[in-house]
Amino acid sequence: MKIRLWLIMWAALVIVAVGAWSGVAMAEEVRTLRGAVPLDGADQAPEMAKWMPDSHTLPRNYLQQPPLIPHQIDGYKIDLRQNKCMTCHSWAKAKETHATKVSLTHFRNRFGTELSDVSPQRYFCTQCHVPQRDAKPLVENSFRPVDAVR
Amino acid sequence: MSQDQDRAPRSFRSQWKILGGFFFLGVLFWGGFHWALAATNNETFCISCHEMKDNVYKEYRETVHYYNPSGVRATCPDCHVPKAWQHMIVRKIQASNELWHKFKGTIDTPEKFEGKRLELARNVWSAMKSTDSRECRNCHDFKSMDFTRQGSRAFDFHERGFSKDKTCIDCHKGIAHSLPKGMTAADDTSHF
Repeated sequence: MKIRLWLIMWAALVIVAVGAWSGVAMAEEVRTLRGAVPLDGADQAPEMAKWMPDSHTLPRNYLQQPPLIPHQIDGYKIDLRQNKCMTCHSWAKAKETHATKVSLTHFRNRFGTELSDVSPQRYFCTQCHVPQRDAKPLVENSFRPVDAVR
Repeated sequence: MSQDQDRAPRSFRSQWKILGGFFFLGVLFWGGFHWALAATNNETFCISCHEMKDNVYKEYRETVHYYNPSGVRATCPDCHVPKAWQHMIVRKIQASNELWHKFKGTIDTPEKFEGKRLELARNVWSAMKSTDSRECRNCHDFKSMDFTRQGSRAFDFHERGFSKDKTCIDCHKGIAHSLPKGMTAADDTSHF
């Protein structure tokens, strides 16, 4: 009986020790983007990245990806009063401004009803569509676009 | 005879004195007038009333005319008061109407301001349109623009706009302040 108790205690000790060791090993592998800088220390500011110069339609990486914005949008306001994007991308303006028309899917609300103008839930363009900066990826990434869009 | 001769130069002198006095008063009034014009032609004066400070000034502070890479700032009078004297004095006289409405409290709350905003904005737009955006052109002269250094969109629009005699305000509305609510299709003059 005593030997059995000893065995259980030893087994528990081994499990705890292995767990703690692997935890330490994991902590060494997984790091925050801050690196080794302590939480209360001052981190070095990341390098400033410039907006990409105006270009034309950027390639998509997956089928449902919202198209990227291939131009700067500094100072473009999207609020209750105005939507600067729509001054070119609305159906009324797209032809004369040579801009991409806002997708027809954006006229449908969440109940599937087709509206006569962009649905309020799709109104804030930059929730999905984003401009690009000339920034290096923060971590290594092995993502590859699907064949269908390549 | 000798008395007459004595008197004549004396009255001559006093005439000069009066003339000199008028001249001095003229300098004083003219100087004071211009001092008053200059004193009421700067941002500090403009935002000394809360109607400006709490509404349009706040919005302007987030725009490129307030804060930009080159550090050149356009303040209220740069865009809203003409530089040429004859136009400036007309605008200054018109401003007395704004003083009257300040005392009446026509736009003394944010709600009242919003209620009047469309009308006020339309006034500024039509003024800009009638002067061919004169105040914009004090700084932005299209003859000095290097289109090739502009973005491809600006290049395209500017070339098409200038060739169709469009004026700055036709497309550049709401660049320093928020646009008003209730704009109609007629307010959009940016069509080519």
